[in-house]
Amino acid sequence: MIRSMVMENKFLLIRDLHVKVGDKEILRGLNLDINRGEVHVIMGPNGAGKSTLANVLMGNPKYEITKGEIVYEGKVLNDMKVDERAKLGIFMSFQYPEEIPGITVENFLRSAKMAIEDKPIKVMEFKKVLKEKMKLLEMKEEYAQRYLNEGFSGGEKKKSEILQLLILNPKLAILDETDSGLDVDAVKIVAKGVKEHKSEENSIIIITHHNNLLEYLNPDYVHFLVDGRIVKSGDISLIDIVEKEGFESFKN
Amino acid sequence: MDVDISRKTYVEDIDRGIYDIRNEFKYSYKVEKGLTEKIVREISEKKNEPEWMTEFRLKSLEIYNKLDVPVWGPNIDELDIENIVTYVKPRTDMKYSWEDVPEDIKETFTRLGIPEAEHKSLAGVGAQYDSEVVYHNLKDYLAMKGVIYTDMETAVREYEDIIKKHFMTVVPPSDHKFAALHGAVWSGGSFVYIPEGVHVDIPLQSYFRLNAPGAGQFEHTLIIVEKGAFLHFIEGCSAPKYSVNNLHAGCVELIVKEGARLRYSTIENWSKNMYNLNTKRAVVEKDGTIEWVSGSFGSKVSMLYPMSILKGERARAEFTGITFAGNGQHLDTGAKVVHTAPYTTSSINTKSISKDGGVAVYRGALVITENAHHSKSTVSCESLMLDNKSRSDTIPVMDIRNDEVDIGHEAKIGRISDEAIFYLMSRGISEEEAKAMIVRGFVEPIAKELPLEYAVEMNNLIKLELEGTIG
Repeated sequence: MIRSMVMENKFLLIRDLHVKVGDKEILRGLNLDINRGEVHVIMGPNGAGKSTLANVLMGNPKYEITKGEIVYEGKVLNDMKVDERAKLGIFMSFQYPEEIPGITVENFLRSAKMAIEDKPIKVMEFKKVLKEKMKLLEMKEEYAQRYLNEGFSGGEKKKSEILQLLILNPKLAILDETDSGLDVDAVKIVAKGVKEHKSEENSIIIITHHNNLLEYLNPDYVHFLVDGRIVKSGDISLIDIVEKEGFESFKN
Repeated sequence: MDVDISRKTYVEDIDRGIYDIRNEFKYSYKVEKGLTEKIVREISEKKNEPEWMTEFRLKSLEIYNKLDVPVWGPNIDELDIENIVTYVKPRTDMKYSWEDVPEDIKETFTRLGIPEAEHKSLAGVGAQYDSEVVYHNLKDYLAMKGVIYTDMETAVREYEDIIKKHFMTVVPPSDHKFAALHGAVWSGGSFVYIPEGVHVDIPLQSYFRLNAPGAGQFEHTLIIVEKGAFLHFIEGCSAPKYSVNNLHAGCVELIVKEGARLRYSTIENWSKNMYNLNTKRAVVEKDGTIEWVSGSFGSKVSMLYPMSILKGERARAEFTGITFAGNGQHLDTGAKVVHTAPYTTSSINTKSISKDGGVAVYRGALVITENAHHSKSTVSCESLMLDNKSRSDTIPVMDIRNDEVDIGHEAKIGRISDEAIFYLMSRGISEEEAKAMIVRGFVEPIAKELPLEYAVEMNNLIKLELEGTIG
């Protein structure tokens, strides 16, 4: 009873989460608490389960929860459909966003925004907002009329993800390797976008190998994810440990 | 100016239901089922044709009897010509005003939006009901410029020399069994003649409606676009559904003269008891252009491969096609291009969707003769299968006899990926809408080539067809 009251007050609670992909168990008892308005960084070696965590929070049906719970604003997410999670304010920036030919960025984003807000949005009104956000991300206006991610470079795809973040304005944003493969200038622009989104209402989970993005954002917490569990949590000073020692000492 | 022409026509959204409204089967005359010399003579006599046409029909019948049914394509064993009525004359002569067309037939075309489209955005309309054209009209200003747009029967009488010279020369009856059948029992269709230099600024449209059960429709379309002239011709076809098989074996012959351009758009939405064995071919002279836009949605079996023969230097062919095969449908469609002159270019761009056990096959042929040096051709065909029950295939044949050519070929067969659905759903879009979005996106490059009312119609069809597949 007491536990459930605590859970209701928390923004996001992950308890003893076990997740399988195919036959392979990737997450093995992961625990994580996130409050409203906080920025959390998840770091860890390849294959530790970082992307799995992102996908399972978003509800990718390829990932199966075998044990544990994800509680978001007091609701258990475990069996909730992907689009319903999006409507509750969860967003994931994809490491490798899909290319969707034939659907323009503008039409897609307006459809998504209308789906999430469940009300019609006027074309001209939306154009204005879109133009503004694209300018912030230094995206050429013509991208609004291009097919979603089709033929975009790696950097353009990441910007397109952050554009979607800014338009949809989710309460929980999970950025999966958003800074990987970007040059210094692109990282700056992406960081600018994420900063724009950051607020007392919005929480952000940043999954990364690097501290590229972290130089520009002030994370509240840093967690190490190794072998499917959070093995250490602390403040930004943890990053120095990784820089010096890597994750070796945390492995079993 | 030219750019807009293909998008100018507009009628209200079309609901699929209208295709299935059948009228009571009334007619003034029909021949017996099957195919005999007596029947062929009867058709010719009824039409009061000149001797040479009667002879042409009989010769075609002879060829028909000698040729075998093609076996390389879809199975058409169930099609029994002995059970097809080849000629059904509606209870009216051809009219030049909708007022004079019998009420039930007029109603049919009104539901299909034809008179309204004519009023709003077409230069002329022809409407065929079963075997005969019931309405034909052309705007006066085009008639004054020498444009001819009439039904084939009238053309045989009034423009006998032109018809005699060209009729079934582009597609000879000896081409294949169904071309021969067409030669023997053809009825209705349109004749279009665009004089030198005349630019027809808005499209002409012929609509073919087959209402009679167990019947065949064999309309003949002959279009001649003279030197430097331009025409956009739209062809629409539909039929209500019956439990017996119907047959459509039309023939389209297009002659594009030097520097002329012809855009030929078709949407066929036959009911799913129809065998659509249609032959279309264009001959293009020096600097001429043929543009095909072709949408195949209906029918039980389709075999349709519009062919372009690039006969003069720098002649061009463009083919854009979309095929949507649902439950019980086997749609074997594609395009053929024959380059017989230097510096000729062609591009073929097709998409197909199959679902619910439907079979969509792209079958194409590209021929480049010894003569056709510096020719260029690109072929791109993409297929999307919406489930595991459906089939898709690509059968491209190439016969290249010159080394100095530039050829590109690309074929892709795919399914809707779970990753793409997950991606769209992560932005708040429902699973159904995500699928529809991917399909709409897939056909978008083709949809934008279609005349607007057909693009709207296609989107509606895709929505309706998909609604059935989502559990």
